[in-house]
Amino acid sequence: MTRAPFETIVALHGERVWRVCRALLDEVDADDAWSETFLAALEAYPRLAHHERVEGWLVTIAHRKAIDVLRRRERLVVGEVPDRPVAAATRDLDLARALSLLPARQREAVVLHHLGGLPFAEVAATLDSSADAARRASSDGVRRLRELMGAVDA
Amino acid sequence: MRELDLAGALPEPPLGALHARLADRADEAGLLDVAYRSLDTDVGSLLLAATPVGLVSVTFDGAAPDATLERLAIAISPRVLEAPKRLDDAARRLDDLIAGRARAFGGPLDLALARGFGRSVVERLREIPYGETRSYAQVAAAAGSPRAVRAVGSACRRNPLPIAVPCHRVVRSDGGLGQYVGGVEAKRRLLDVEAAQRRPAPATPAVE
Repeated sequence: MTRAPFETIVALHGERVWRVCRALLDEVDADDAWSETFLAALEAYPRLAHHERVEGWLVTIAHRKAIDVLRRRERLVVGEVPDRPVAAATRDLDLARALSLLPARQREAVVLHHLGGLPFAEVAATLDSSADAARRASSDGVRRLRELMGAVDA
Repeated sequence: MRELDLAGALPEPPLGALHARLADRADEAGLLDVAYRSLDTDVGSLLLAATPVGLVSVTFDGAAPDATLERLAIAISPRVLEAPKRLDDAARRLDDLIAGRARAFGGPLDLALARGFGRSVVERLREIPYGETRSYAQVAAAAGSPRAVRAVGSACRRNPLPIAVPCHRVVRSDGGLGQYVGGVEAKRRLLDVEAAQRRPAPATPAVE
């Protein structure tokens, strides 16, 4: 089996990758993270193992690139992600704003699972936690998001 | 359902602009192994593909390129991206050839897809002068295999760079046009344009 043309990968997964980037970053940074994700993927693509799920691979790269951008912006110590990375820049976006109010763990679990479409086992691997912990963080995050977004709507 | 709610809360991604920037950055980074674009012409909708060496493939399926792109991914590299800018020059040169404004492609070609006997036929095709034709038998003789007339026919059909490498100038010994990868109508049109360029210009320009 051989790999499909990379153009197909961009067409199939471009939107998913953008959702992950945009949920974690403001518009300009999300565009940068999207480019960096696909550029890194293009570089590595010929060596990608055939059993690898392309969408999981891409979402993981996108998450890493988005975290890189956040760290550069916030001059963070490695291992820490700010709890409120995008609040000021995205007041127009209910979701991004609400997401920015979640604890980092919950936010990343929600983004990877609900926007990136990763199963919890892969979310756990990306976040270096257990599948149960990832599931819990995601459902706590969604509950909190509902409260926040409901409050915004009201 | 919850996934849809979250995704729906985000604005539409600017995918066109993102893709164009990705193609530029991939080119700068030397990662654009195969760039492609489609080109609508008088002889049909073409698909053009180029490597860093030059134009590598011209096919008549610009409107439905999936099969050709998959073939290029296997034969050259899976790093295949639509990157029209990289093919602007080749597109203009092909347009000029088809319209009779140029007599040769003139830009860089990558013959990587022409192998074995097909490669030696392609080299002979490039020697047929503008506005002239040769028979399949003549090309076979020129390629050093006078009995390989059928093989020349199939090498012409597999020419990876039709129009740029003029396989349309090979016709049957009995005067028939023979087959063409882009259809006989396209072959007739290309030959008619070349014949018209060879005739002296009429004294009075034709008026509608």
